[in-house]
Amino acid sequence: MSATVPAIQLQAVRLAFPARTLSFDLEIAQGGITAVLGASGSGKSTLLNLIAGFETPDQGSVALMGQPMAAVPPAGRPVSVIFQDNNLFAHLDVATNIGLGIDPGLRLSQADRTSIEAALARVGLSGFGQRRPPSLSGGERQRVALARALVQTRPILLLDEPFAALDPGLRAGMAGLIAALKVELGLTVLLVTHHPEDVRRLADQVLFLEEGRILLHVPRDVFLARTDLPEVARFLGA
Amino acid sequence: MRRGLVPGLLALLFLAGFVGLALIALLTADAGLPASSASAAAWFDVTVWRSLRFTLLQAGLSTLLSVGLALPVARALARRPCFAGRIWLVRLMALPLGLPALVAALGLLGVWGRQGVVNQALAWLGLSDPVSIYGLTGILLAHVFFNMPLAVRLFLGGLERIPAEHWRIAANLGLGPFALWRFVEWPVLRGLLPGVAGLVFMLCATSFTLVLTLGGGPAATTLEVAIYQALRFDFDPARAVALSALQIGVTLALLMALRLAAPAPEEGLTAGRASRRFDGAGWSARLADAAVLALAALFVAAPLLSVTLSGLAARPLRLIAEPVFQRALLTSLSIAAASAALSVLLSLSLISTRLAAQARRHRPLSLRLLAAATDSAGSLVLLVPPVVLGAGWFLLLRPFGSVGPFAPVIVILINALMALPFAIRILAPALATHRARTSRLAESLGLSGWNRLRRIDLPCLARPLMMALSFAAALSLGDLGAVALFGSQDLVTLPYLLFSRLGSYRTQDAAGLALLLGLVCLLLTMIGTPATMTSPHRIKEDR
Repeated sequence: MSATVPAIQLQAVRLAFPARTLSFDLEIAQGGITAVLGASGSGKSTLLNLIAGFETPDQGSVALMGQPMAAVPPAGRPVSVIFQDNNLFAHLDVATNIGLGIDPGLRLSQADRTSIEAALARVGLSGFGQRRPPSLSGGERQRVALARALVQTRPILLLDEPFAALDPGLRAGMAGLIAALKVELGLTVLLVTHHPEDVRRLADQVLFLEEGRILLHVPRDVFLARTDLPEVARFLGA
Repeated sequence: MRRGLVPGLLALLFLAGFVGLALIALLTADAGLPASSASAAAWFDVTVWRSLRFTLLQAGLSTLLSVGLALPVARALARRPCFAGRIWLVRLMALPLGLPALVAALGLLGVWGRQGVVNQALAWLGLSDPVSIYGLTGILLAHVFFNMPLAVRLFLGGLERIPAEHWRIAANLGLGPFALWRFVEWPVLRGLLPGVAGLVFMLCATSFTLVLTLGGGPAATTLEVAIYQALRFDFDPARAVALSALQIGVTLALLMALRLAAPAPEEGLTAGRASRRFDGAGWSARLADAAVLALAALFVAAPLLSVTLSGLAARPLRLIAEPVFQRALLTSLSIAAASAALSVLLSLSLISTRLAAQARRHRPLSLRLLAAATDSAGSLVLLVPPVVLGAGWFLLLRPFGSVGPFAPVIVILINALMALPFAIRILAPALATHRARTSRLAESLGLSGWNRLRRIDLPCLARPLMMALSFAAALSLGDLGAVALFGSQDLVTLPYLLFSRLGSYRTQDAAGLALLLGLVCLLLTMIGTPATMTSPHRIKEDR
């Protein structure tokens, strides 16, 4: 796949909610982390849902890695997702949770088990395979979810406030991990966040949403300099 | 500082007295019998053991069928979070619980009985061998009619409590129907299974009215019905005592097993919070779900429809004009009102005392015991079924001549006790949050007594109080268990009237009465059920 094809492309996408209509026109190049910002209800999660296939646009089209996605179910898309919480099935152990990313029927070969161990090691949780999610800390659970995204080997990673439930030290560790994986695997990452430091620390690009539209789509440094816009000033000041 | 503890203590004393006296009466009853060998023989009476065996058999089979059939229905319903009429289907599943057993029995007779729709259809098809509703078949049908929808609602609540993220992750991972069942749905359902099955078994093992009307002869008689028959027809107190002891033993064992094996299922009324689902989009899955839901709806709706149609055909307005009906309605309403008020009063006393005892910083053993006693008093009542209570008081009052003058009081008390677990379940959380929210503020403002009751407590608690009252009243209105023993020329309630009309084959009257009784009870239950059921087409999840 040529690197010139955009990883994510939304053309004239419209989606009507009872309260408001969202519209997106958007192109995100392969590789790099794009921070998705905006107030509550501005459409951040809906944007991720459209890309992951959890929402269908009323109009317009979504293409991922150059392929139109209109008829493609969530499982068929080149996308892994991690939410703020509830990423793991609490009654299944860590290795099984990750194994579901390789095969939904859990028919795992020895090579698959090795790659599960490798993914656990990569997120710093070697030997955690037999543990169950309730016995893990919030940060550990998110890293297991990340390990599952690794074994899914999909080029796009969608993160919906993945650090929101973590304290500052863990946030930094998780952020470092994601930055490293982006470089290592050439991932295209979309990161929904409320925190300016995530933008400074991680983002290459910034997508700023307001009332269901894209207000800004600019490189990080340009965004950080746009304090003339009241919305941006309010975000950075918070 | 004994403030706040007195009401609960009084309620406990009252409950202990009422239940205790009945039990003592039962235990000492055979002293007055001519030969003590008679009572010994009664213990080994064939019919006693047959009743026990049948009680357990029918309850086991009913549970198996109700729960087994509820699983696919709940799954199909959870998999289709929005389709036209879903909310009505969920409401339909709530209907049987509010329906008096006698009314449901009549509806089931209309559908499955000898002259019913099913047998007529079979005859039309040339099949001469009719489905017989009397005996085990009928009891099972009736128990599934009542408990399958209940189990569906409990399972559905569990499935709808699965976090929305899990469905998305499952969709992202591409879990198929079997993998979804294995990794997402079944683990939740398995967790609920012991509690739901235990509850259904308990309800079926202590079901009285359905077995009385649909059971066929001594071969299909449960312990409770056998107690009633021993007292009312054979007048054999010794056997009634033996049966009662067995019944208490069975319920005690069940309650203990339930407490050990399974937490009480949460009454998850989450009909509006359905998650978006991404599975089951194929035609075969759609057809399968549609078929399952249509069959379940038909099974539950048909008897209701039958009651309505035959009730309307019986010209209910003519019935309303009859003095017998008016007298029975008045009796029923008075008994229901009194027992509902008593039930709520007892509940409030028990709950407020438990809260007061738990709020103390220093809790000596006596206080902790009091808290535990007030906490479990509600469910302890389940231990002694209404018929056993009635049997005890029947024997206790017999030496004083006719039980007639005491009958209404006993019926009111038994009905109040029957509603106690439900009233407590409705009121306890409401009262606890209300106290937590307002008690400090009210104290700091110096609000107390009548002022506090009028300005703070009643406005905040009006809804749960209303719910508990109407639920308790509906339960009492539809009850036949207590009044079956004590009913007479002078004490005729609506269910008693309906039962005796059925017994004398005045089916026209019975159909009309069933419709009227069903309507009154459903109305009350509807008031008693929270109405926060909205189904947003698209669930907005942007935080």
